[in-house]
Amino acid sequence: MAGDAGSTGAVAGAAIAVSIRSVSVVRGRRTVLRDVDLELPAGRIVGIIGPSGCGKSTLVRSIVGVQARVSGNIDVLGAEAGVASRRGDVGYVTQAPSVYDDISIRQNLTYFGRLLGVGDPEVERVIDAVRLSEFADRRVQDLSGGQRARVSLAIALLGGPPLLVLDEPTVGLDPVLRQELWGQFADLAASGVTLLVSSHVMDEATRCDWLVLLRDGTVLAHGAPSDLLARTGTETVEDAFLALVAERGSP
Amino acid sequence: MTRRTARATAARVLRQLARDRRTLVMLIAVPSVLLVLVRFAFDARPAVFQRTGLPLIGVFPLVSMFLVASISMLRERRSGTLERLMALPATKPGLLLGYAGGFAVVAGVQAVVTLSVGMGLLGLDVAGPFWLAVVIAIANALLGMAMGLALSAFAATEFQAIQFMPAFVLPQFLLCGLIADRADMARPLEIVSNVLPLTYAYDALRAVADQPGVGSGVLVDLAVSMAMAALSLAAGAATLRRRTP
Repeated sequence: MAGDAGSTGAVAGAAIAVSIRSVSVVRGRRTVLRDVDLELPAGRIVGIIGPSGCGKSTLVRSIVGVQARVSGNIDVLGAEAGVASRRGDVGYVTQAPSVYDDISIRQNLTYFGRLLGVGDPEVERVIDAVRLSEFADRRVQDLSGGQRARVSLAIALLGGPPLLVLDEPTVGLDPVLRQELWGQFADLAASGVTLLVSSHVMDEATRCDWLVLLRDGTVLAHGAPSDLLARTGTETVEDAFLALVAERGSP
Repeated sequence: MTRRTARATAARVLRQLARDRRTLVMLIAVPSVLLVLVRFAFDARPAVFQRTGLPLIGVFPLVSMFLVASISMLRERRSGTLERLMALPATKPGLLLGYAGGFAVVAGVQAVVTLSVGMGLLGLDVAGPFWLAVVIAIANALLGMAMGLALSAFAATEFQAIQFMPAFVLPQFLLCGLIADRADMARPLEIVSNVLPLTYAYDALRAVADQPGVGSGVLVDLAVSMAMAALSLAAGAATLRRRTP
């Protein structure tokens, strides 16, 4: 972590799941990510937190390997981001629930399961894991927004990938469901899965083991939440964020 | 991996269509209804129906699969499912072959039904073998699908995708020889018609309608239209990007 001004505390004792070296991303004429350096610990819930338009989705998409015009290096689970041989190791939940509306939950999962080469028992396991068993034969278009989001999550869980990348998975969900999802994320992390969860809701940062605060395409700070609060002398992540912005603003 | 992707995708495409009963019924039944219209619109001139019947039957799958394929792919792009597929161990050729396989099945059913109605109920005479007419209809469906998939990359909305039909398919329909003999066209149009895929599909269907057996001319026309379908499919593959801006 030498020379990394934004970091508070090294990734103590944990293995590195994702390592990002001088990554910049250009979209159109805009530089959406500027010179990002990060090391994200394995087996934890890593929150990528920042306001809308700060580059969260672009960072997430770069890690998954679907973002064009990425310069720099991204190493995911020991391989270059997006390489063909490792695509089954990363479960990806896009911002909008990317599911087929016109077929049932089970048919969706069967399709993605076949692409991954996993069988029916695994399909039933993930349907059960997101608690949708009783709706399994319903068409996705007849489901609520929250149920759809869970179908999308179930697809990402297929095959038990060691890394889950979730882009704003809790947007628009009711608080009870959100609570439940974060509970599931914690269970997954406890079983050794690394989760990268992006969110623009600062409150959700408190549920993460490791934070990356993004603003205007640059990393304000990253580290354990307690370290970030201690360093900025604040009580909430929102205040820490404001303090870091102020700190950066004054030369 | 490509085979796995293709099989899974073909099954999924068919499931989507099977769940959408209205679309399925229209895909299968509308061509027969139109054929009945042509038969009785030219009631006093049965020769017109005999001349245009089979080519029409062969062209329906092209039009319907063009539309279904372009809208399906547009939906994949816009709903985010394509991005998800690109992040999974799914191959691009597998995806396109899966689409082709699924649509070929539907086109085959459509052609068999329409041909049966035409030959059985409406008295359409087809000198060549029934199976060859079905094969050409399926080939046309694949051609329509390939063009639809390729063009869908240039459509930002469903409205635009629909407009590609009159813009790209209708001119081919007008110039293929069905409406007017190509020899009677203005010379520039005749030259243009020589490079349009539908022209070859039409010639193959005319040959099946008129000649018994499998003529070598049919096979050449079929090969040319399939080569053009392969070209369109390759263009479609080029528009499928794993990494997008």
